[in-house]
Amino acid sequence: MQKEYKTITEISGPLVFAEVDEPVGYDEMVEIETPNGETRRGQVLESTSEFVAIQVFEGTSGIDKQSSVRFLGETLQMPLTEDLLGRVLSGSGEPIDGGPDIEPDEERPIVGAAINPTAREYPEEFIQTGVSSIDGMNTLVRGQKLPIFSGSGLPHNDLALQIARQATVPEEGDDASEFAVIFGAMGITQEEANEFMDDFERTGALERSIVFMNLADDPAVERTVTPRMALTTAEYLAFEEDYHVLVILTDMTNYCEALREIGAAREEVPGRRGYPGYMYTDLAQLYERAGRIEGRDGSVTQIPILTMPGDDETHPIPDLTGYITEGQVMMDRDLHSQGYEPPVNVLPSLSRLMDDGIGEGLTRADHADVKDQLFAAYAEGEDLRDLVNIVGREALSERDNKYLDFADRFETEFVDQGFDANRDIDETLDIAWELLSMFPETELNRIDEEAIEQYYHEDAAEADAEEVTAD
Amino acid sequence: MSQAQETDTVENGVIESVSGPVVTATDLAARMNDVVYVGDEGLMGEVIEIEGNITTVQVYEETSDVSPGEPVENTGEPLSVDLGPGMLDSIYDGVQRPLDVLEEQMGAFLDRGVDAPGIDLEKEWGFEPTVSAGDSVEAGDEVGVVEETVQIDHKVLVPPGYDGGVVAETHEGSFTVDEPVVVLENGEEIAMRQEWPVREPRPTQEKETPTTPLISGQRILDGMFPIAKGGTAAIPGPFGSGKTVTQHQLAKWADADIVVYVGCGERGNEMTEVIEDFPELEDPVTGNPLMSRTCLIANTSNMPVAARESCVYTGITIAEYYRDMGYDVALMADSTSRWAEAMREISSRLEEMPGEEGYPAYLAARLSEFYERAGKFTNINDTEGSISVIGAVSPPGGDFSEPVTQNTLRIVKTFWALDADLAERRHFPSINWNESYSLYQDQLDPWFREHVADDWPEQRQWAVDTLDEESELEEIVQLVGKDALPDDQQLTLEVARFLREAYLQQNAFHDVATFSEPEKTYRMLGAIKTFNDAAFDALDAGVPVDEITDIDAAPRLNRMDTTAEYDEFIDELEADIRSQLQEKY
Repeated sequence: MQKEYKTITEISGPLVFAEVDEPVGYDEMVEIETPNGETRRGQVLESTSEFVAIQVFEGTSGIDKQSSVRFLGETLQMPLTEDLLGRVLSGSGEPIDGGPDIEPDEERPIVGAAINPTAREYPEEFIQTGVSSIDGMNTLVRGQKLPIFSGSGLPHNDLALQIARQATVPEEGDDASEFAVIFGAMGITQEEANEFMDDFERTGALERSIVFMNLADDPAVERTVTPRMALTTAEYLAFEEDYHVLVILTDMTNYCEALREIGAAREEVPGRRGYPGYMYTDLAQLYERAGRIEGRDGSVTQIPILTMPGDDETHPIPDLTGYITEGQVMMDRDLHSQGYEPPVNVLPSLSRLMDDGIGEGLTRADHADVKDQLFAAYAEGEDLRDLVNIVGREALSERDNKYLDFADRFETEFVDQGFDANRDIDETLDIAWELLSMFPETELNRIDEEAIEQYYHEDAAEADAEEVTAD
Repeated sequence: MSQAQETDTVENGVIESVSGPVVTATDLAARMNDVVYVGDEGLMGEVIEIEGNITTVQVYEETSDVSPGEPVENTGEPLSVDLGPGMLDSIYDGVQRPLDVLEEQMGAFLDRGVDAPGIDLEKEWGFEPTVSAGDSVEAGDEVGVVEETVQIDHKVLVPPGYDGGVVAETHEGSFTVDEPVVVLENGEEIAMRQEWPVREPRPTQEKETPTTPLISGQRILDGMFPIAKGGTAAIPGPFGSGKTVTQHQLAKWADADIVVYVGCGERGNEMTEVIEDFPELEDPVTGNPLMSRTCLIANTSNMPVAARESCVYTGITIAEYYRDMGYDVALMADSTSRWAEAMREISSRLEEMPGEEGYPAYLAARLSEFYERAGKFTNINDTEGSISVIGAVSPPGGDFSEPVTQNTLRIVKTFWALDADLAERRHFPSINWNESYSLYQDQLDPWFREHVADDWPEQRQWAVDTLDEESELEEIVQLVGKDALPDDQQLTLEVARFLREAYLQQNAFHDVATFSEPEKTYRMLGAIKTFNDAAFDALDAGVPVDEITDIDAAPRLNRMDTTAEYDEFIDELEADIRSQLQEKY
């Protein structure tokens, strides 16, 4: 069945073209043996009756026209078993932790099929990450895909680790709420990888984790399969083994670079900034593999991390991602340089699924209103900061000064909690009320009167007012 | 006719090459846009290019593992939808396969090579003829009625293209959609099901100027930038600015008879939300479940790209079918950018010469063809129906100068510009009042005068002027601070703040606030105007601005939105505002 060809006609970048005399399936796996006996794996990108284009995962260097090409007759499969938990694998799914071989219960194609929208269950279970700027303002729910938009040099990894460490579903008690973490690294440096691995080992999280590691010096093309392997594993654990799986993919920017590299090698008509025109579809095929399915207990929640080139939110990678994912958590360079941890800017951040995941019985009845009021007040304070630079604080009204103070306190007390602090939702909301009580009751126009009665402490406002006059 | 019959002799071909969703075949005798079944698994596809002996096919399903040499089977038919009772309360993929049937057949994940008819061929419907033997009917005429849902009577029409003539027999009772229910003397049989090619508009008699608003219950839309029944609107906005929530609100509350919601290349969870929410929601007018007037088409972003290209056509053809029955149909397409990108993706696989930003040169033509299928029409059976089309646009980076937004704006007459800044401060719906426009205002004002209030247009104009003035003043405030402004301008800013926060903002997730009927919209704006007028009177009488804005009644303006019994509430509020301000002087 496995016929060998020695018919390579062209080698270009990550691509190899070979002539064939029997039909080869699209997406089929290929093994190429170089003259010195090395085996490279690849995948069919285009198949015609005369030739095929093959994308080689491990790089084409060392391949020559005499190399032999073998088509395996199947698409790329991921070996799956619950025993994968605790293992470290390469970017193409080979164990690299020196442990035993994987004995799969099942193999599945990594491409994955779309979940039928009628079979999905709408995600609305609150995940407590212990991070106020997320739980309070941009709540994550089970089955959501919520990326972290970051920039080079920002501590997105620390935030991702903090979430992985602290994420629980409070109402279910301790046992049921542990997440299995699948970590898919694409093109990150060895140092970053160590940071993750050390943290996993320190906290004992490795036992319930599966790590896929494609490092910066591993072949770029391999990056295109790493997230698919990770997600195939996640779907298996979630929908067959009833785990709640948290998938962290980092760094999506490297993934997209790899896509562009392949596109360029195939001489495709490029879309924006040289990225392929099908990048939206391609990214959607990854991000959409999050969710819940009716009648199954597990779930897949995704936290992809991407570094925005030049902190530019309109760059195609964050832009297309934002159109597919259910919100984003935005890291901010200014907040970072002021030393706030985690430096999350809540204003451009968003969680689309939050409205159904919060409120009475889920978090707290006043949550939605408090969040709206915080957003409005912080946005107003931010606006006034621009103004204050021009006219100075004295020129502003008492009301405006309050908003300025609020914005400062919001950052230092609400956002800046440190990467080791784990706040439960009540604590987060109580801090919020502490801050909102700076304002007179009439300013809280987004909050239900009953909630104001219950949580608003007037004395704080007065005490604060005295403080201002004392200044 | 003879030529058509010749091509009807279907000849099958052989796959020559496979590259993603694009497959070429040799020896396939097919016409442009014929539907073919590709490979051993019979994946559905459509012919999109013929060159010599090579036919190019876009495949509506994943093509992994398909190899050259496998057969391609031609159906000889263009891509068509099944039209008949059973489409409402359904959810389809981009080529009208019912998703619930697919779930039964292949489980939670969408597999390939499974086909299912768009409407249930087994189910029997109670047919009641409205013609009797001896009556004469033409194409498009109504011959009977089926109760499709509690809300919608499905009218069975003589399919366009039939010769028509004298009715020979009618059958009353329960039938499947394929059984003839009316037979004409010339032998033509009429069943409840008919087919129509999606890329061809269904015939009409005449297009008319729309004069009735499509009431959405959203104040910024009805009150500021209304769309007509039969009109077109675009909602462009960057991600996170609330396109989908706005579209959902329209689908829920618009006063159309039928709603066709096309989720084109968007999120799976969002479609699930619609599927879960709509059956539980009630139509505010009739109290019936919303699904009883709704047809959903869901092609999520990870479903095959070619089916994304076809889903808007599937949607509009279904809309036209209900329009032919004399209904007002509203079609929401979320998002047309994904549709355009699907065109771009297919075009680039064909190695066509790209136009702007890689989009094919025919982008503008396709968009205008699509929006032209909207409108208020006199149907061929002399009834009147309309299709309103509301298309979301997702411009990359929120930049409205990109080709899809620009080409759409050249066609549509209502523009609801979503604004990332407003969204960031959680001002929802985050429609920018300075940039948005509606060209239907003049056409619709007579309706508002007659049905809501005689000074509706004047009151709206006052709000527009105040907001305009605010945006000019804001520029000065940015430089010198608010306290440096004269008193009257400070007061204008306060009034504008109430317009923004109490009137334009509307909480889609609050039970009461989510829908605001035109009367409430009018009263709310009236209350703010009352405050404005009384406040300026007080200012003229020498009352300082601080004291005016400090009155107890003013913050109650913000509670109007969430008050169900708004009439009494606003009566009392207006009286309080007047008396509290008059006390000051």
